[in-house]
Amino acid sequence: MRKFSLGKWTLPVYSTLAFIYLLIPIAYTFVFSFNDTFKSNISWRGFTFDNWVNVCDQQGVCEAFGSSVLIGVISTLIATAMGTAIAIAIVRYRFKARSMVNLLLFLPMATPEVVLGAGLASQFLSMGVDKGIVTIIIAHVMFCLSFVVVTVKARVASLDPALEEAGRDLYASPSQVFWKITFPLLLPGIMAAALLSFALSFDDFIITNFNAGPATTFPKYVYTAASKGIPAEANVVGSAVFLFAILVVVTVQVRGAIKAKRLAAIK
Amino acid sequence: MATEFVARGADLELVGIRREFPGFTAIENLDLHIPAGEFFALLGPSGCGKTTTLRLVAGLDEPTKGKILIGGQDVTGTKAYQRPVNTVFQSYALFPHMSILENVAFGLRQRKVADPLAKAQEALELVQLSHLAQRRPAQLSGGQQQRVALARALVNRPSLLLLDEPLGALDLKLRREMQIELKAIQMEVGLTFLHVTHDQEEAMDMADIVAVMNKGRIEQMGAPEKLYDRPHTAFVAKFLGQSNLFTGQVVEQNASSISIDFKGHKLTVPKDRAERHSGLVTIGVRPEKAMFHEVQPAASSDVNIIGPGEIIDIRFTGVSNQYLIEIPNIGQVTVFAQNVGKSPVVELGAKVWVTFKVEHTFGLADNPDGATADNDAVDGED
Repeated sequence: MRKFSLGKWTLPVYSTLAFIYLLIPIAYTFVFSFNDTFKSNISWRGFTFDNWVNVCDQQGVCEAFGSSVLIGVISTLIATAMGTAIAIAIVRYRFKARSMVNLLLFLPMATPEVVLGAGLASQFLSMGVDKGIVTIIIAHVMFCLSFVVVTVKARVASLDPALEEAGRDLYASPSQVFWKITFPLLLPGIMAAALLSFALSFDDFIITNFNAGPATTFPKYVYTAASKGIPAEANVVGSAVFLFAILVVVTVQVRGAIKAKRLAAIK
Repeated sequence: MATEFVARGADLELVGIRREFPGFTAIENLDLHIPAGEFFALLGPSGCGKTTTLRLVAGLDEPTKGKILIGGQDVTGTKAYQRPVNTVFQSYALFPHMSILENVAFGLRQRKVADPLAKAQEALELVQLSHLAQRRPAQLSGGQQQRVALARALVNRPSLLLLDEPLGALDLKLRREMQIELKAIQMEVGLTFLHVTHDQEEAMDMADIVAVMNKGRIEQMGAPEKLYDRPHTAFVAKFLGQSNLFTGQVVEQNASSISIDFKGHKLTVPKDRAERHSGLVTIGVRPEKAMFHEVQPAASSDVNIIGPGEIIDIRFTGVSNQYLIEIPNIGQVTVFAQNVGKSPVVELGAKVWVTFKVEHTFGLADNPDGATADNDAVDGED
């Protein structure tokens, strides 16, 4: 005679609640990107595609988005290139202070962003550097670098050194070995690191705010706009970025599943 | 870039090679000459320096001292990609992001050889894998990967082919098949093979010359039959097959033989089969050349006799029975008897005498670690 089983219901209920909690802000942002706004985007006034179609009409949204993308791409390229080189060096070579380098690389990840941002800002001030896009990029490269190293390092560690030796043995010079063997094999790790650093750069607000000067990024724009009401166009950009990210993830997953299936079929 | 690629192999010469690593010396002082076209095996336990030697020859590591000559040319200062040498790695090291065909064509492409894919396809035919050319390495079995690795090295027609325990990861049956295949390919292409292994059967089975390496030095080198018949050191006697070793002072000698006193037993070895003729000498005999008898044999100058002892263990291994005989105050002696249908029928605990012919004994240049005149017989290991 069991009418109600607590154990049976706890997990599904708990999971559902947790997901609702996680997804409400995203759903809210997405829904209100279709709001027919007047002055503010707080109360629902009706459904419209206007915000999506004319997203650049609102002063500053697209400019801020553009500079965020620019900063993100440049910082990602620099941080990924440098980080990959550091990761390879740390795993492959035994040098003095190797463990020290490992530790120091971890520090920026552990340091509060406010401290990093403020510290860097005072450095720029004392050196008399004008703040702008360049200083933002410098700041972003700094905090992305550690994440790239950590991500790529795992991939390098799983790479059999005999593969590179086989390349050398088969008449490839060191640079040929790197581009024909090491790089293609590290590529998944490097791509993951690049995506991570772009994401970090794109939505960083704290460090950016300290070092931006007059330049505006998308997070900074939203923050500034929040005081007088966030325009629905900001919701559009946010939702679009979210949808794009989901699309990328789903594509990668589906491709992976198809590949695995094909491999299994051949075997 | 490496320029001279010959159809036949070249000879390899190592002169006074020494390789030190922080904290230990992997190779002490190595001199080695491998004639062109030979199948040469470097045999030794793990950590003996054999893989280091191979890496030095490949150019993947640099010697602290000494010279490496391939085909008479000093290549000591050159890089791996400049040497006319190819390696079959222990882990095969096939490039996972390339097809089998591209893997095999890699070296040809690097050297800008005309028509690399056709030549790679030919090499795959040699190892009977041309039907798998478009697969990825991960889709192949261990044995197939091993053959691809071999094709990838052979296709370049190197002066010298290095094999780093290439059969280590295969199961016994596949291993025997690959040994035969590898030997056949070597005969066919006529290249110089340097094969590093810790498997003594594999080394004896395949190689023209075997060098037994221990602690960074070559203990003994020669044809497999010679090494087995006349090991010069206790290490070789125990590493290459099994041996019963007896250490004692030389008490008698005549023109053709010497005799030691081994705990009251007189054991004789021909002078021309002994490395040393005086002092503390170790005499050995292979277990399959020893016999046991349930009645005490008559003394003879041609035969060494020890016993009586007791059979304490009998192991059936298929082709032979292995008997372990405990002789009071002396220790244990191993005797192998072929299962040919007429082998002595004995049971555990039987009282027996062990005999072996003087002409089957060998005298070593050294004594087993810690051996004294009163030491126990030292039993060999598998």
